[in-house]
Amino acid sequence: MTLEAWSQLWPKVPVLLQGLVVNLELLAGLLSLGLVIGVAVALVEVYAPRPFRALALAYEWFFRGVPELVLLFLFYFGPSQFGVDISAFLAAVLALGFRSSAYQSQIFRGAIQAISPGQSLAARSLGMSRLGVIRHVILPQALRLSLAGWSNEFSSVLKDTTLAYGIGVVEVMRQARYLTARNFPLALPAFIVVALMFLILTYAGNWGIGLLERRLRVPGLEARG
Amino acid sequence: MPLLRVEDLHKRYGTEEVLRGVSLTVVKGETKVVIGPSGTGKSTLLRCINRLTEPDRGRVWLGDTEVTGKGTNLNRIRSQIGFVFQDFNLFTHLTALDNVRLGPLRVKGLGKKEATERAMAELARVGLADKAGAYPAELSGGQQQRVSIARALAMDPQLILFDEPTSALDPELIGEVLGVMVKLAEEGMTMIVVTHEMGFARSVADEIVFMERGVIVEQGSPEKMFRSPEVARTGDFLRKISELYGDAA
Repeated sequence: MTLEAWSQLWPKVPVLLQGLVVNLELLAGLLSLGLVIGVAVALVEVYAPRPFRALALAYEWFFRGVPELVLLFLFYFGPSQFGVDISAFLAAVLALGFRSSAYQSQIFRGAIQAISPGQSLAARSLGMSRLGVIRHVILPQALRLSLAGWSNEFSSVLKDTTLAYGIGVVEVMRQARYLTARNFPLALPAFIVVALMFLILTYAGNWGIGLLERRLRVPGLEARG
Repeated sequence: MPLLRVEDLHKRYGTEEVLRGVSLTVVKGETKVVIGPSGTGKSTLLRCINRLTEPDRGRVWLGDTEVTGKGTNLNRIRSQIGFVFQDFNLFTHLTALDNVRLGPLRVKGLGKKEATERAMAELARVGLADKAGAYPAELSGGQQQRVSIARALAMDPQLILFDEPTSALDPELIGEVLGVMVKLAEEGMTMIVVTHEMGFARSVADEIVFMERGVIVEQGSPEKMFRSPEVARTGDFLRKISELYGDAA
C-alpha cells in the first residue's frame, strides 16, 4: 500500500461518499419500516388474541431465522417470478426492514411488558379507549425504554446495509469495488476508508441516540438491566 | 333515586366465588365505607362497579343508566366514576399536572387551557399546586396518592371509588391522604371507600358495610356498627381491626 495509492484514492473519495449516501438512505428506509412494523408486531404479541399472537410470533421466527443475504435474494428475485419488477434498492429496504422489524419487535415487547399493568388500568378507569391507552400511556414509555436496545439494533443494521451490494445496489461497497476493479492497488486503502466511514457513523449514531435518551429521560423511567 | 345501585353481583375466579350476590345502593353525597377481611371481595366489588373487572352476574346502575347493560358506552360511564387505586397507578412518564390533565384532555376533549386550569385547581384542592411539575418518582407515596385523587376529581365524576387508598402508605403519610378524603366527604362528594382505617370509617362514613366471603354480612351507621352490631362477627372484626390499625376517631 503505497503513498501513491492513497493519493490516487483521494480524488475518488466523493464517489465513495455518494455510495455512502445510498447506504444512509437504505438505513433510513429500513429503520423506519422496522420501527413501524416492529411496534405493531410487539403490540400484537402483547395485546392481541391468541391467533394473531401466533401469527406475529411466526413472522418474528421467520425473519430472525433466515440469513440476511437469503432474504435479500428472495425479495429481489422472488417478485420477478410473478412478473413484478422491483428495484434492488426497494428489495433491500423491504428485506432488511422486515428483518429489522422482527428484532425491533423484541425490544419493544420487552419495554411494553416493563410498564406496570396498573397504569393501563388507571387510564381505562378514566374512560380512555384501548387505543388511547396505547397511544398516551404505553407507547411514550415503551419507546423511551427501548432506546438503549434500539441503539444496538441501529449499529447492527447500519453495517447490514452493505449487504445490499449482493443484489446490485450501488452503495458504498459497490462504488469501492468499481474503483478497485479498475485499479487493484486501490483495494486496501479504499476498503480502509469504507471501514472508517462506518466506524464514524456507528459512533455518531450511538452518540445521537444517547443524546436523545438523555433529553427524553424522565425520573423513575429508566431502562433497567 | 339512588345515584348507584348494585344488584346481586357475582364474580368467580376459577373455583373460588369472590362475590356471591352483593347488593347495595349509594345516594348522592353519601360516603359508604366497605370493610372486611382480606380476600373478601371488596376490591372486586369496586372493580365490578365500573367493569374494570367483568362481573359474571348481577346488574349495576349509575343513575338511570345501566352500567352492565349490553349497549352501554362503557368509556363514558367510566369517565363519570372516579377510581383511586391502592398503588396510585400514576403515569410514570407524566408530571403531576399532566397526570391530572390527561383525562380532561384526551377523554373529555377539553381544550389545553381549560384542561390545565381544571388540573391546577384539582392539584390545589389536594394541596399539591406547588408539585405540578414533579414526576411521580419525585413525590412521596402520600403525595402520589393525592395526585391520583386529583386525577379522579379532574374528570368531575359523579362518584369516586377508593380501593384501600392508604394501604400502601407509610403510617406517617396516611394522614395527609385521609385529610383530603375527609374534605371531599364534607364537600358532598359521593364516595365508596374500601379501607381498614376505622377512625375514618367511624367519623366520616354515613354507612359502613361489613363484607365477608363475598357477601355483605351487615351494614348500618357507624354508631350502630361500632356500638351494637346485630351480627356477632361484625363486632369481632371491628374490635380486631381497631386494635390492629388503631382507632383515631
